[in-house]
Amino acid sequence: MTTTTSSTTSYHRFKPWNVGRIVIWSLFALMLIVAPMLFKSSLALTMLSQIGYLIIICLSYNMLLGQGGMLSFGHAVYTGLGSFIAIHAMNLASKGSLPIPLVFIPLVGGLAGMMFAVLLGYVTTKKAGTTFAMITLGIGELVASMALMFPEFFGGEGGITTDRVYGGSFLGINFGPAIQVYYLIAAYCFVCTAAMFAFTGTPLGRILNAVRDNPERVEFIGYNTQRVRYFAFIIAGFFAGIGGGLTAINFEIITAADSVSVIRSGGYLLFTFLGGATFFFGPIIGAVLLVFASVLLSELSKAWLLYLGLVFLFMVMYAPGGVASLIMMNLRLAKFGKLRSLWPSYLGLAGTGLVAVLGAACMVEMTYHLQLNAALGPVMSFMGASLDTTALSSWFGSVFVLLTGLGLFELCRRQFRQQWSQIQEEIEHQIKRGEAL
Amino acid sequence: MNLEFFVMSTLNGVSYGLLLFMLSSGLTLIFSMMGVLNFAHTSFYMLGAYFAYTISGLVGFWPALVLAPLAIGALGALFERYSLRRVHKFGHVPELLVTFGLSYLILELVQLVWGRSTVPYGLPEQLQGPLFTLYDTQFPKSRSFIMLVALLMLLSVWLLLTRTRIGLVIQAALKHPEMVQALGHNVPRVFMLVFGGGCALAGLAGVIGGNTYVTEPAMAASVGSIIFVVVVVGGMGSLAGAFLASLLIGLVQTFAVAIDHSLATGLQALGMTVTEETFGWPLLKLTVSQVAPILPYLFLVLILIFRPKGLLGTRED
Repeated sequence: MTTTTSSTTSYHRFKPWNVGRIVIWSLFALMLIVAPMLFKSSLALTMLSQIGYLIIICLSYNMLLGQGGMLSFGHAVYTGLGSFIAIHAMNLASKGSLPIPLVFIPLVGGLAGMMFAVLLGYVTTKKAGTTFAMITLGIGELVASMALMFPEFFGGEGGITTDRVYGGSFLGINFGPAIQVYYLIAAYCFVCTAAMFAFTGTPLGRILNAVRDNPERVEFIGYNTQRVRYFAFIIAGFFAGIGGGLTAINFEIITAADSVSVIRSGGYLLFTFLGGATFFFGPIIGAVLLVFASVLLSELSKAWLLYLGLVFLFMVMYAPGGVASLIMMNLRLAKFGKLRSLWPSYLGLAGTGLVAVLGAACMVEMTYHLQLNAALGPVMSFMGASLDTTALSSWFGSVFVLLTGLGLFELCRRQFRQQWSQIQEEIEHQIKRGEAL
Repeated sequence: MNLEFFVMSTLNGVSYGLLLFMLSSGLTLIFSMMGVLNFAHTSFYMLGAYFAYTISGLVGFWPALVLAPLAIGALGALFERYSLRRVHKFGHVPELLVTFGLSYLILELVQLVWGRSTVPYGLPEQLQGPLFTLYDTQFPKSRSFIMLVALLMLLSVWLLLTRTRIGLVIQAALKHPEMVQALGHNVPRVFMLVFGGGCALAGLAGVIGGNTYVTEPAMAASVGSIIFVVVVVGGMGSLAGAFLASLLIGLVQTFAVAIDHSLATGLQALGMTVTEETFGWPLLKLTVSQVAPILPYLFLVLILIFRPKGLLGTRED
């Protein structure tokens, strides 16, 4: 996803007709269409639907974090309120007092999210940077506690339920079966992703990047940075609301304690960052990770939040560009034909890292077992082996595995680092030579 | 509203406000010095309470009052040295994110070590019972102890910052870090000390807040967003502003939970008829005590609209 400069004009120009781009977007559409045919179980379908609307939500979040440099702790406010308005619209429509087909319900959610972004965003976007983060946190808490004060609208603890099958069926489609809902979500996902990508090329999208990088200079060339942030916030609110509306359609129940909570906002932030906030497609990876972590990882281990926190911490410290930046770095190597020489090092790093993680995970799992499942006896099974959590030997064993893994990992890392910087130097040379020619 | 209610609520509000100040002072200090908003600040507060619970089980409360904050300060300094400093070059957003990740981690670890329910962290014998009785209502010793510790802390931080050599270096590093470094002071180490010191203050608040209120895994989240409100309302980076805002929010919250009036009863007292059919009944029927949890946030929004730099703030960013 690059913008190309033409040789006749010296300025950047947005050129949509780009073969690589068409291929990538067609692949994306194909993936959305084919995915439920490959993974047919109902669990897979639920996960795919969740991935679909979470992609929209994470991308809308990245409009703030990645493109605008606005670290928001209250994004769930706009998705959650969008969900609530959407679910009320569905209930009204099924009563017959509001003629809206289900296909347009996500747009209702989107407009709701946009409206609340207009209302709350005015205060929020007054400041940038750290203060912005604190204000979004405050507003997030405000809405979350307010939601429990108005049970008439938010349904209190039990939430609001609905039935998405209302109105007649059109060409046999009534959105009862999950597969039809999936395709509705997939269609919205594709359109919204395309729209948000197009936004990055608009003048507003460009100036938003400038506001992120150098607000002072943007003011000097005559733009009001606060207004730029405000407009971006409103647009992000719109897409967040669409995601919220799709959530309501998918689950048919929305509870205030969950959907507008600050914890939910934190989740969006975490996974958008893990996916990679510096690239447009990063949040898509983040959304996939979010669903896999919350559905599969939480099944596998009780300690998943601990692992998640650790992964996040290491990611911020060592790869602040997220998974997307790791992918792009390796693509760059592949472009220069250097990736092949790195394979052995990668294998070594992965192998030794895995040993270290195994040792650490073993200890964490044993501690969790002692803390939570003490009534089930001291023996637990981990990766097919049964461990006695009270025996010293299993603790010593895992410490030994951890230390061995760490030691070997450090050795591999040193060698890898040397190799890496050497390759980077070679690439720099190659680029310089290319420029000189 | 009688005098008894007024005096007791004021005392309770002031003691709660001073506890908030102990937390927000460390946060403001770290922020104004390093530009880092420590998202995990209240996690250190929680750790302080849990450490004190364990230490006081071993050697008693009074040694724990000293040892737990020291341990927390050391942990904070270690975190600054090995994690935050590494992220510093990436900018302020990754710095905030790394503390955000830390708050996740501390919460999980606390639940892992001490369990998910409350721990019986009780008051020591010397602090149990009332300090004095006023109009048949007792004022507990523990609350007055919070006030005492907070005021002592305020005094010593102020003396440290204005009257000692290290305080002068800190103040100088706050304004012109490059110049201070050029004069031969180790600014990164000063940063580490400030971060550790701020965390130790949070830990101290945890030691005395944990047994006066409850020690549970949710205690970090329950004050977490309130102290951010305090810092914004007081003005980013202003210690005096944080003091004023803490007291204000402490008082507002304490008074609000005790008032059982709503807009509806107020209008009825004015002679208007307000029933369930009146427009906006769900809003009118809410009592002040019901809206108490959101008052600090409403306050935040109002301050941002009418005085964006905070009560005593000087920065306009």
